Amino acid sequence: MPAQGCAGQDQKKDDYMAEFSLPANSKVKDGKRWDAPAGAANTKTFKVYRWNADDGENPAVDTYTVDLDDCGPMVLDALIKIKNEIDPTLTFRRSCREGVCGSCAMNIDGTNTLACTKYIDDVDGEVKVYPLPHMPVVKDLVPDLSLPYAQLSSIEPWMKTQSPAPARERLQTPEERRKLDGLYECILCFCCSTSCPSYWWNGDRYLGPAILLQAYRWIADSRDEDTGERLDQLEDPFRLYRCHTIMNCTKTCPKGLNPAKAIAEIKKLMVARQG
Amino acid sequence: MTMQTPLGRVRGLGSAKNGTHHWWMQRVTAVALVPLTLWFIYSIVSLLGAGHAAAEAWMASPVNAVLMVLLVIATFHHLQLGLQVVIEDYIHGEGVKIAAILIVKLASFALAVLGAFAVLKVAF
Repeated sequence: MPAQGCAGQDQKKDDYMAEFSLPANSKVKDGKRWDAPAGAANTKTFKVYRWNADDGENPAVDTYTVDLDDCGPMVLDALIKIKNEIDPTLTFRRSCREGVCGSCAMNIDGTNTLACTKYIDDVDGEVKVYPLPHMPVVKDLVPDLSLPYAQLSSIEPWMKTQSPAPARERLQTPEERRKLDGLYECILCFCCSTSCPSYWWNGDRYLGPAILLQAYRWIADSRDEDTGERLDQLEDPFRLYRCHTIMNCTKTCPKGLNPAKAIAEIKKLMVARQG
Repeated sequence: MTMQTPLGRVRGLGSAKNGTHHWWMQRVTAVALVPLTLWFIYSIVSLLGAGHAAAEAWMASPVNAVLMVLLVIATFHHLQLGLQVVIEDYIHGEGVKIAAILIVKLASFALAVLGAFAVLKVAF
């Protein structure tokens, strides 16, 4: 699967080069507008990406002006208010509304983040809301994440051991446990992977920052005995070494984690085991 | 269009089990190029307006000739490593990609030999 445009319509696959511009059927048009209710004093305008597979139309940006005096403080609150009170056709994923499930990852004001932890007040002017970049779109703000999910399966994110299971839990020193801090908190929202140009151009072969951070979470775990095999699986010009330390991943992570550092640690181990 | 599973596509041809040497050599040549480039710029600036004979005499000194050859080798090795990565990033057609990498590697090697020969010809 070569790099894909925003919308998931049948795109012309470019055989020779990474795909830099959107195909004609993904060009974004102006959509409908819903103005603020009469008498609303404190309003904010949301520009929201809309596309669905059924009407054969290009994607469009709909404009919703919301009364902030009757709305929660987060971008997700506004999206839920739009869906409940203005336009029930708007489609997005959300669940926990407190930054632990990763469902509402989207591109807000030009940055990938979680709608539930992004304050509306932190955005100057209109709030632009798009799906995570460069993934096929299922509908509106819902991206198709089958590829990163399959990539997560491919790194076998569970503990693997050779020694027989102990009678009680597998022990770790506090220092060993601390190596997992900054790794275990990842909620797999894929804000990082979908902010990475390398993942845009070569996501079919490059694992991307989210998956590499997960891979390192098991490499760094003192209880796991499969470190060498894990490194073998990652040692590849595309799976690992498409990371060019662009740092978008670390900059965008809504949980404040550092995937770029995890990737650098993997590269250091690759060199360390050579000699 | 494919009916292959996402996991099947991701597992693909498997891990190449290399890439570390390429990545490490890019760092090694980059570190080597820091002092070599600074030395080269300093030398060129010092030679400004000195004339052809002075430049030839400078190049003929053993230290300068050796450092120049090292600079040429490190530059072209670093160049071909880096350009290979750029090509792999952006060119996806397998045939075009292989052809482009071949041209970069052969041209870099030829230019490195040419540069080294030029230095040695002045030095000896």
